[in-house]
Amino acid sequence: MSDLELAPSAGWRLRPFAALDLRLSPLAAVGIVILLAFVAMALFAPLLAPFDPAIPSLRARLAPPSWLEGGVAQHVLGTDHLGRDMLSRLIFGSRIALLVGFLGVAVALMIGVCVGLVSGYFGGKLDAALMGAVNTLLAIPNTLLYLTVLAVFGQSLLLLILIIGCINWTTFARVVRGEVLTIKRREFIEASRTIGQRPVVTMFKHVLPNVLGSIIVIATMNVAMLIILEASLSFLGFGVQPPTVTWGRMLADGRGYVATAWWLAAFPGLMITLLTLSLIFIGDWLRDRFDPRSDS
Amino acid sequence: MIGYVVRRVLQMIPVLFGITLVVFVLLRASGDPVSLMLGEEASEAQIAQLREAYGLDRPLYEQYAVYMGDLLTGDFGRSIRYNNQPALEVVLERLPATASLAAMALVYAILISLPAGIIAALYRRRIPDQIASFLSVLGQAMPNFWLGIMLILVFAIWFGWFPVSGREDAYAVVLPGLALGASLAAVLTRLLRSSMIEVLSQDYIRTARAKGIGPTAVMLRHAIRNALLSYLTVIGLEASSLMAGAVVTEQVFAWPGIGLLAIQAINSRDMAVVQTIVILAALIVMLVNLLVDVLYSLIDPRIQHV
Repeated sequence: MSDLELAPSAGWRLRPFAALDLRLSPLAAVGIVILLAFVAMALFAPLLAPFDPAIPSLRARLAPPSWLEGGVAQHVLGTDHLGRDMLSRLIFGSRIALLVGFLGVAVALMIGVCVGLVSGYFGGKLDAALMGAVNTLLAIPNTLLYLTVLAVFGQSLLLLILIIGCINWTTFARVVRGEVLTIKRREFIEASRTIGQRPVVTMFKHVLPNVLGSIIVIATMNVAMLIILEASLSFLGFGVQPPTVTWGRMLADGRGYVATAWWLAAFPGLMITLLTLSLIFIGDWLRDRFDPRSDS
Repeated sequence: MIGYVVRRVLQMIPVLFGITLVVFVLLRASGDPVSLMLGEEASEAQIAQLREAYGLDRPLYEQYAVYMGDLLTGDFGRSIRYNNQPALEVVLERLPATASLAAMALVYAILISLPAGIIAALYRRRIPDQIASFLSVLGQAMPNFWLGIMLILVFAIWFGWFPVSGREDAYAVVLPGLALGASLAAVLTRLLRSSMIEVLSQDYIRTARAKGIGPTAVMLRHAIRNALLSYLTVIGLEASSLMAGAVVTEQVFAWPGIGLLAIQAINSRDMAVVQTIVILAALIVMLVNLLVDVLYSLIDPRIQHV
């Protein structure tokens, strides 16, 4: 009954991971394997890709996957409208998806956790102002906001990650603030304050470890969300610009050929779905582990 | 109740103010629409003249003050792209298309998630549950624009049942509605399943069963009602993502709503239109949330807004 130690009625949890049951569920195992495969793909893309993803070949345009009629053996998943090898482009596309997904969450996490801690811990006018900012950002449908900001600041990879981080932190801030409010009045926080610890120390040393569980769960789900977001932005032409390969841009290019060459649009979407699926599996499993009340 | 609604409406004002400020600063900082309009061969004098005509030569804070003043009197500026038409008119013209798309998506989401969520909860951890759960995870993992393109491929191109794009045809909304509604259906199914499971374990359900009420009656009269509360809240909360999703879905299906308009306006730096869309979209999202909260208290008498 290790779950008991995590139950809310048992009070705070000083060592959140000590009592944790980390046995993998079958779905989580599948998720981790898929995710690791994508990470390996991104890391070793130049070694794995059979062709240069950016080099067009006019004679091999729109070749179907090799198992279909008219397919060429060397282009396993076919070629696009410029004769570029689909498989190679899909492999390279994983780089941007993973970079934006994970680094975007990292930036958002840093901002969101700090804002949430400060807001919940100090309360008052500061809290009101920060939550006002959160509500403002949350009220604007996110695609609209991202498109506008990207149109203004340009579309490099670094900028994209920073912009996503600077807009996407609100979820983390809200959750951390909520958790801080519930544990703020606990004895061990009072104790830390009473012995004269500076607020920063109390916040990071005593408050933060207690909200880590929910942060990890949300962060995992958020990576999945950001991968879809990055793909949508690229699809709309506002993501990282060519010649960098993105799945979203591949989909946008393939859309015009969907009647004659379905593989152009089908495969990049499949990659996005597979990657986000793996993250959702992992996130669900983490949620079950960190929050035994839920059932998913 | 009325006091609560008034207070909620008043709370929207600072948020709306924040939104206008954010968008205004962003767009004015984004570059000069005049050079875009006139092209590269325009003379300095022409540019200066047009800038003056649009008030673009004045300091930003002055432009913002003028803009806010205009907003409060219902003037959202004029579209540079659409023959100097009032921006609000341009946007409102496109609103019905987006509204019908979002409504269709909502209908799909409810029609799919209600039975799926209830069946999954009733057959918890058995095959129907596993199928429903897997499909709902899949619905969340699939990007809506990809789903849209695949729907076009299968149902518009291969089967030829629906138009590939546009909204002239009466059935045209079927595919884009499904593409937009799928992820909402997935979210709602998962939510309904877990809240049904929670409700079904409550004492009053056991009491109802012990009284000899049949499973269907227990379900309809006692369980669903309570499970629907969180369901309704999430529909409200997802209004924003429905709006955001519409931007992409409209692009896929060339659906002439405000999402498609937004992308065109951003690309051509048609600032008045972009600002109007963002403000209007945010306003709609906030009003939907308010509506849901009010409905919530009507359904559940325990919640009282004083």
